[in-house]
This record gives sequence, C-alpha cells and structure tokens, in this order.
Amino acid sequence: MAIKDITLGQYFPGESRIHRLDPRTKIIGTFVFLISLFLVDHFLGFALAGLFLLVLILVSGVPFRFLFRGLKPILFLIVFTMLINLFMTSGTALVALGPLTITEEGLYRASFMALRLVLLIFGSSLLTLVTKPITLTDGMERLMSPFNRLGLPSHELAMMMTIALRFIPTLLDETDKIMKAQTARGADFESGNLFRRAKGLIPLLVPLFVSAFRIAADLAMAMEARCYRGGQGRTRMNRMAFGKGDALAALILALYAAGILYLRGRLG
Amino acid sequence: MRIEVRDLTHIYSEGMPFETVALRNVSFTMEPGSFVGLIGHTGSGKSTLIQHLNGLLKPMEGKVLADGVDVTEKSEASRSVRRKIGLVFQYPEYQLFEETVLKDVCFGPRNLGMSQEVCEDRAFHALRLVGLDAEDVKDRSPFGLSGGEKRRVAIAGVLAMDPEVLILDEPTAGLDPKGHNDILDMIQKIRQARDLTILLVSHNMDDVARLADYVLVMENGALVMEGPPQWIYAQEEKLQQLGLSLPSATALMRLLARQGHPVRTDILSAAEAEEEILRVFG
Repeated sequence: MAIKDITLGQYFPGESRIHRLDPRTKIIGTFVFLISLFLVDHFLGFALAGLFLLVLILVSGVPFRFLFRGLKPILFLIVFTMLINLFMTSGTALVALGPLTITEEGLYRASFMALRLVLLIFGSSLLTLVTKPITLTDGMERLMSPFNRLGLPSHELAMMMTIALRFIPTLLDETDKIMKAQTARGADFESGNLFRRAKGLIPLLVPLFVSAFRIAADLAMAMEARCYRGGQGRTRMNRMAFGKGDALAALILALYAAGILYLRGRLG
Repeated sequence: MRIEVRDLTHIYSEGMPFETVALRNVSFTMEPGSFVGLIGHTGSGKSTLIQHLNGLLKPMEGKVLADGVDVTEKSEASRSVRRKIGLVFQYPEYQLFEETVLKDVCFGPRNLGMSQEVCEDRAFHALRLVGLDAEDVKDRSPFGLSGGEKRRVAIAGVLAMDPEVLILDEPTAGLDPKGHNDILDMIQKIRQARDLTILLVSHNMDDVARLADYVLVMENGALVMEGPPQWIYAQEEKLQQLGLSLPSATALMRLLARQGHPVRTDILSAAEAEEEILRVFG
C-alpha cells in the first residue's frame, strides 16, 4: 500500500560525523543553506551549493535513493513550475509550438527554478534524515528558548512537535490496519468517481478519528500520571553541548556562505 | 474450500536498512472443513501470513491458491474466491463506523452488491449467530456497546458476508476470562452452524489444543512444525526450544506421569484431563 511509502520526517539511522553533530548546528546549517539558495542568482552559485550538498550527503552515508524518494510527492509541483516558466516568460523565441513559444529566457528560468526547488528539498530532507525527530525538536526548543521572555512557549511548541512527529507512524499504521480490515469487508478505496471515493473514505475516517482520540486521551493520562506540567524547571537526561565537530562545521558553513556571497557580488 | 499456500515469502522494506523477512518459504494446506490453529510468538509472521490468504498482501514469491485459483489475480474467479474468505483482524471492534449496529453489519454484504432486504436478513442471522439479541441491538450505536459486544458485532460484520473460510486473528485478545470463553464457545457454534473452515491465530496453547484439529507453529517467519495437536504437543522439548508452553491439561498429565502415576499424556483439554484423573485415581 502506498500509505507505507510516506517518508515525511523519516530518519536514516547512522553514526556519521553529520549524524553526531549537535542538532542546533544542523538546524542553523540547514537554514543557512536554504537561505543561500535564494541568494544565488547564477548557475555557478548552484554548482557551489550542489557540490556542498553532495559532500554532506556523501559524508552522512545516506543513500541517494532516500533523497529521491522525498522528491516524488512534489515532482508534480516541480514539473508544473518548469512548464509555467518555460512557456510564460517573454523574450527571444527559440521554438514555437502553435500558440506556445519557448524563449531563451524561459528555458533559463525554468531550469533555474527546478534546480532551486530540488536543492531545497534535498537540503531539508537531509536534515530529517540525519537527525532523530526527538533530537530535532529538542534542538528547536533550545534555539527558541531566548524568546521565552517575549512570551513564546518554546517548550510547549517543541513538545507539540515531538508528539506530532512521534504519532505519524502510529497513525499511518492505524490507517493501514483499518484500510485492510474494511477492504476485507469489501470496501473499495481505489475506484469510482470523486464523489464515490470521498464517500468511500467514511469507513476509514470514522474509526481513524475514534482511534486518534483514544490514543490522545491515553497519552494525556500517561503524561499526567508522571506529573508532567510543562517546561518549567524540567531537566534533561541528554544535555546538548557543542563539540569540536560543531566548530569545524561552523567554519565550513561560514566558508560556504562567503563563497555564495562572493559569487553573487562578482556575477550578479 | 481448500486453501493451499506454496513457498510463500514476504519481505518488508526490501533493500532498506529496516528490511525484515516476515515470511520465508511457507507452505501448507488447509483441508475443507478443518479447524487449523496457528501459533507463534509476536513477530513470528502470523499476521503477515493471514493477510496473504485473501489477497490483502501480495506474495513476493510463492502462491496462495483457494480451490486452485490464485487469490491475487485480477480475474472474476479470483475475486469471487476472495469474497468467500472472511478475515477478522485483531481488535476488530476498531473497524466499526456506522451509526447503528445493523448498518455496520450490513456494510460487507452491501459491498457485495446485495439488496437491502438480503443485507438485513443476513445481518440478523449473523448477529444471532454471534450470540447477540438482534432485535435489541440493531438500532443502537456500535460505539455505545461493551467491549465484548463490539467485538461480536465486528465478527458478525464478517459473517454477514457468508464466508466459507473464516480467519480469526487473536479473537480473544484483551478480553477477561469470561469474555474469552464466550468468544471461543461462539466460534465453535459458528463452525457447526455454518460448516466453515476455520484458521485461528492465537498464542494461547489451551485454546488451540481445545479447538484445533490441525496445528501450525511459526517462528521467525518460517513454519517450523505442523501436524495434529496430539502429535505437536507430544514434542515437549521442541516446543520448549521455541519458547512455547504445553496446554495446561497436557502439562498436568505429564507431571503426574513423571511422578509415576499411570495416566495418559496425550490429553489436551481440561474435560479430558478430569475424565482421566477420575479413571486412574477415582
């Protein structure tokens, strides 16, 4: 079933240098990388970004297959963006297909956009592939904690994210189970027109919601039984600490950012 | 209906770091009218196996044949054969969704394209068969019933499809001893009333010993033992190696025999044990 193929936030277990970095380094690094992609205004910049990412992927040991799987769900978006840019940009015509013309500028922009999107997806999926979801939200909590004074409930936000991530596989499992049980009773989730299909989802959605509420109630009870009362005064079992690896990572990241800015200044 | 499983292999997440072999070259035959017990630890591949029997999972290698028809084909013959294999999942009460019990039980037959009248007729039959007062429960919400009643309604929902083979995955999981016995009695009653071929998945030795006339034992995705219960339960050492216990009646008789009492040790149920003890000591 397709349900099992969803890779949202999937972690690829490993012991590489990148896996072992402090989650804060990885989050900041990812942000810098994503922002850098928007600063790039020349293919040479993408070459640098691509090379940087390639090295990271190789060091992390995550197979390329995994990254490409994350690309699948938004393939449609990429192709759509490319086509729009390809046909809708005015400029010097290269080829004319009836009312549609492909221009030099269109070709340039289409490939530019596609590259940017692909790198964005690869960059952000790499973060979740090399960081355990729980570690990731811990890192976010720490990064957000300076804003506590401004009234941002950073612990609560992180806890909500942790719980949401933690229950994605559970709910997928549950969906799979209910789908199978109803299929065994002759339900059909795959044929018919849009209206029939939507109606066909009722036997799946009602039990799924019942399950979700049951799981939520159980979890709330279990947390309360262990005296959970939010973030105040809580201590951690695993304390985060920046190490030598993180210093090295920061240096490499700074060099990369400088490179991107240099290319922008020279060629822009 | 005769079900033949041939060299069935199934691997989850093939080619990934989480790859697990769920089934490895499993072959067996279920004769028409037999009551087969399938035992094994959690994770031994029982659930994966039964999902292959009505085509919910497709085998990576091997075949499942029901009366000679491959159950995974897209043909009409294959579809009609699949409909005759009813599957009751673990905790089936979580699949209830309709406003009333009657509507929920009708869901299966309605999907088979039956008329409203036939659906309701079958639903009433099925509800009575699982030991519920059909008139009383038909208009109630399934979510307002007790745990045991919900499970019966869910089982009725599968029976209403009029299967020839009924597969039950741990039908007594999470029930108290009374509910447990009630469900087992109910299964026996259904079998007699409908002349069904039954596959019962369980890790309770007593249940399997009491009901089954053929036993399959699974371990790590492979079928490690199969045969009549008397034969299976005579091999205490092999069962122990697999981390499985004897039925309590058999264990008791073996204990008595070891202490020098002249009792038979091929006893499987409490009733038989009582008889034998009275014969020897009475």
